[in-house]
Amino acid sequence: MRVRAQIGMVLNLDKCIGCHTCSVTCKNVWTSRDGVEYAWFNNVETKPGTGYPTDWENQDRWNGGWERTRAGKLQPKQGSKWRILSNIFGNPDLPEIDDYYEPFDFDYDHLKSAPELEAFPTARPRSKITGERMEKINKGPNWEEILGGEFAKRSEDYNFEGIQKEIYGEYENTFMMYLPRLCEHCLNPACAASCPSAAIYKREEDGIVLIDQEKCRGWRMCVSGCPYKKIYYNWQSGKSEKCTLCYPRIESGNPTVCSETCVGRIRYLGVMLYDADKIDAAANAPATTDLYDAQLDVFLDPNDPQVIATARADGIPEDWIKSAQESPIWKMAMEWKVAFPLHPEYRTLPMVWYIPPLSPIQNAAEAGAIGMDGAMPDVRNLRIPLRYLANMLTAGDEEPVALALERMLAMRSYMRAKTIDGVRDEAVAKKVGLDSAMIEDMYKIMALADYEDRFVIPTTHREQVEEAYDLRGGCGFTDTNGCSPGISKGSMFGGSKKPLKMPEELR
Amino acid sequence: MHNFLFGIYPYIALTVAIVGSIARYERDPFTWKTSSSQMLRRKQLIMGSVLFHIGVLVIFVGHLVGLLTPIAVFDAFGISHGFKQVGAVVVGGIAGVMALVGGGMLFHRRWTDPRIRKTSSTADIVILAMLLAQLVLGLLTVFASLGHLDGHEMVKFMSWAQGIIVFDGAAASYIADVALVFKLHLFLGLTIFLVFPFTRLVHMLSVPLRYVFRPGYQVVRSRRSVPLPTRAGPVAPGRSANK
Repeated sequence: MRVRAQIGMVLNLDKCIGCHTCSVTCKNVWTSRDGVEYAWFNNVETKPGTGYPTDWENQDRWNGGWERTRAGKLQPKQGSKWRILSNIFGNPDLPEIDDYYEPFDFDYDHLKSAPELEAFPTARPRSKITGERMEKINKGPNWEEILGGEFAKRSEDYNFEGIQKEIYGEYENTFMMYLPRLCEHCLNPACAASCPSAAIYKREEDGIVLIDQEKCRGWRMCVSGCPYKKIYYNWQSGKSEKCTLCYPRIESGNPTVCSETCVGRIRYLGVMLYDADKIDAAANAPATTDLYDAQLDVFLDPNDPQVIATARADGIPEDWIKSAQESPIWKMAMEWKVAFPLHPEYRTLPMVWYIPPLSPIQNAAEAGAIGMDGAMPDVRNLRIPLRYLANMLTAGDEEPVALALERMLAMRSYMRAKTIDGVRDEAVAKKVGLDSAMIEDMYKIMALADYEDRFVIPTTHREQVEEAYDLRGGCGFTDTNGCSPGISKGSMFGGSKKPLKMPEELR
Repeated sequence: MHNFLFGIYPYIALTVAIVGSIARYERDPFTWKTSSSQMLRRKQLIMGSVLFHIGVLVIFVGHLVGLLTPIAVFDAFGISHGFKQVGAVVVGGIAGVMALVGGGMLFHRRWTDPRIRKTSSTADIVILAMLLAQLVLGLLTVFASLGHLDGHEMVKFMSWAQGIIVFDGAAASYIADVALVFKLHLFLGLTIFLVFPFTRLVHMLSVPLRYVFRPGYQVVRSRRSVPLPTRAGPVAPGRSANK
């Protein structure tokens, strides 16, 4: 047993209102630069839909993530090391920028500078890559917003696997949900495994996966290796970039920008302790439906005295152990089992987990015919098909998702009885395998969701990393060249290409 | 002039290539990259890039081995100059055509595709044009070589290249009477060495062969100044943390 700590995230999809504040604040902080206009470290998709980049979940097409070979060996789905190296001159699995969308801007200036015209002036789009006029925008970062586009196209959503999907195209049966996505900071990252330069690494102290920009050579194998398509190639700098989990904020005990600004308060951050020795076996579980349970088995109970003693011996700081004990992630993933990994079948052991959304009851008109399970409706009658959620969160195993939804319904039922009737309905809690104290704790964390309950983030221990005395008189943040950036502007070695100059209108 | 171009210029070019590459790697590692544009336009890239790279690699290794292996080694293995000359013409010719076709596709793509053209630096276009010109010159030398398949001309180039390496002051004189196309090919080749550190060509120095020898797949980095204990296994509660 080797104890490691990881900052994990849970997103409560039941409360996501799809406002995109997370995406916009993230973009403003991290990707408002040349070369990554098209990149959204955080994006929110409307499901069912094919997502961003289009069809990213279809690994038969993109070959992302890991696969268990017939011999029982675990290797990246795009190939073993030799195979990856042999594709280095041309990566057959790399998406093109059109699979995301061609970034564009509008001629806003024309609105105020246009001469007197017959018609109102309009701001027409221009490509941010070439600066040329785009006559028609065919795609954007959120092209299927709120079920935009025809069902035939959206229903190519990979999560419809094994579902008779035609009826969900009918108006009466339609359903939707939001899925905010960011880097999963996996325990078994396929991007890092695919990087020939060893530029992508997982941090031992907090599990954040980062790209060393000075070591990245732009072999672009990580882009195809990541099954979530959350590594973005910066076409201007020639390096790959990804979500950093806002590590400068996490290190100082602050939540990520996306979490901090989430108006629905759906995001949770906390510490998980796990056994690093179990990673290989967990990622290599024989059946894909075993992977969710296998990952649960990797996590270590932070209240177990033996785990605590081992954690101390393995160099986990005391306040990190304490944070792990108070972690909302631990409670939701392990104690209440309401949170699930996104697509565990990719075998990356992702660490951004999701609470499935409840939905209105199907066929409300036939209310009398609804299968009521005591005081609660049967979760199988909810509008979002259980199988759809299971395909997304448990590799198709419906039982764990059903239990989670039942527990969330039980929480509502219990709290309604408590606040309206003034009764503590112990029976409803017992029915879903919880007790009243647990349900009230669930309510406090999942429904009230106070700031302190959502974000339990210990600060980084800089004293383990550096001598503060040596930093005295240092040069602070610089642009990769230490204290000596040189005296001339620009670089002899082609560091800065000409910035893209947008054509200006002739007056 | 001849002595400058083939006796002194090689040292200038090689020095700039070596010192420049070290300086760039040391001072500006962020710029050390392949500058792949596959993501902006996949069309023509995969076929063009594979043909170009494989062709160029074969030619590069062929030149390296062919020019720098001491003549005595070939004699020891009983490889006649004529046989080596024919081999060089055949293998180099095939690889040269591959590289030229691939490079031509890449150049066409870079020149005509607005996405690639607009995002190319001048250096990107110039170096590709130089490599193509060098390939054309190299293929033209094949025709010159057909006139002397016994390999005696080739021995001159081997003597020259090895003379340069061992600081033989008379190296340039060994190739004083070769055909003009050879001289042009040599001059452009040396110039490519000269501009090497200022272009994207530097990515060939970071061929990621170490990937194959990396233990396992994953990379973990720690910033701890005191490394973690390597000991693995549960620790009984109550005992003080041991290292």
